[in-house]
Amino acid sequence: MVALDFGAILADWRTLLVGVGWTLGLTAVSAVLGLLLGIAFAWARSEGPAPLRVVVGAYVELIRNTPFIVQLFFIFFGLPAAGFRLSPEIASVIAMVANLSGYATEIVRAGVEATPRGQREAAISLALSRTHIFLYVVVPPALRRIWPALVSQIIIVMLGSAVCGQISVPELTFAANLIQSRNFRSFEAFIIVAAIYLILAFLVRRLLRWAGPRFVFGR
Amino acid sequence: MYAMTRRAALFAFTACAALLAGAAQAQNALDDITKSKTIKIAIPTDFPPYGFVGSDMAPQGLDIDVAKLIAAKLGATVELIPVTTANRIPYLQTKKADLVISTLGKNPDREKVIDFTIAYSPFFIAVFAPKAVAIKEPGDLAGKSVAVTRGSVDDQELTKVAPPSAEIRRFEDNNATISAFLAGQTQLVATSAQVASTIMQKNASLGLEYKFLLKDSPNFIGVAKGEDTLRTRVNEIVMEARRSGEIDRLCKKWLGREPGDLPM
Repeated sequence: MVALDFGAILADWRTLLVGVGWTLGLTAVSAVLGLLLGIAFAWARSEGPAPLRVVVGAYVELIRNTPFIVQLFFIFFGLPAAGFRLSPEIASVIAMVANLSGYATEIVRAGVEATPRGQREAAISLALSRTHIFLYVVVPPALRRIWPALVSQIIIVMLGSAVCGQISVPELTFAANLIQSRNFRSFEAFIIVAAIYLILAFLVRRLLRWAGPRFVFGR
Repeated sequence: MYAMTRRAALFAFTACAALLAGAAQAQNALDDITKSKTIKIAIPTDFPPYGFVGSDMAPQGLDIDVAKLIAAKLGATVELIPVTTANRIPYLQTKKADLVISTLGKNPDREKVIDFTIAYSPFFIAVFAPKAVAIKEPGDLAGKSVAVTRGSVDDQELTKVAPPSAEIRRFEDNNATISAFLAGQTQLVATSAQVASTIMQKNASLGLEYKFLLKDSPNFIGVAKGEDTLRTRVNEIVMEARRSGEIDRLCKKWLGREPGDLPM
């Protein structure tokens, strides 16, 4: 029987707290930027000029058909060869934003295309411009329709940020690895971190479900 | 069934003990070397700069140079036997090699099965950086970024001495550490002499060099258990080489540093 010693892990609570901070911070930044990019790309894919549709379509396929860790390593280890040297934190944010925006594009587009034709026609008859129609008539109800799917995707990206520890970002999984490499209590370390992830995912989901109707698309 | 197993174990144990006793009595390695004028020395070929295969396919490195030095002093021609970290001690126990010069550290478990001469070189962990980076001591790390493998001895030793403002970047394994350093993500790298030497070989244009020491662990020459005459003779040769500056020269040539204080 294994003797569990959670005290050995919790003694390093500062490392864990920093880890939670980084995980949430990375998630917050990538959620906001990823959603904005996702909306822009969804517009490009459904209403943009033909060349733009092709380019964005290729981007979406590229992101959705390659592993996140490969995208991250490409940005961190690969781009310096082309002269773009990024800190691990910036590289992580870029990778997470790119990843989320790829998925968000398709999720938002599904909502946009589900907009009833009559709604657009009504807006056109009111002489609204194309930009106005998209931003004020099409997007808000589209976001309301796809919000649960988008929240799930944001949670997936948050859990995916565990990979960023591989390039030395001190997020939560990195913290667990660092602690267990010092006291060899890997079982306890990962039990605790798994529990923290579970709580974070639950809280973030509740927060987004609450914030969506109030700040993003209106009731 | 149980009794038989026990009897078999007892028999095996007795047989081993008899073999070991026989080995301990036979102190004739030095005589054999003098007579045949050849000495078999086990060396590494996968552990630069201590032992590796050069572009001419011949083994070279610090351990090989020491092997040649000892053979020359014994008046024998050297037969180099490539060994791995795992099989270097069995080679000695089974008399396939007279000496093991293979970056061998001393510990109580090993001392039970083989004998050691005095130390001839250091294996070490250090901070490395290109020539252009001016670093001489841990204090100079302030404000600089260092790549290190998370949870390794390298990490522990670096964490002990680095000032708070040093940016220690911890990576998953040696490959990630090296990749991050080579991609220019950090200015320095803290690692073992072996890993640093591999980087130097593959990226000569980088101008990587030794900056300061994190931890030393001396290397000893392994001799079969009980070969006291050979061990005494090799001790004399190593002592003489340490005194004459020959060991200093070899350490500077292969490790880029002085051997430091080598224990007896």
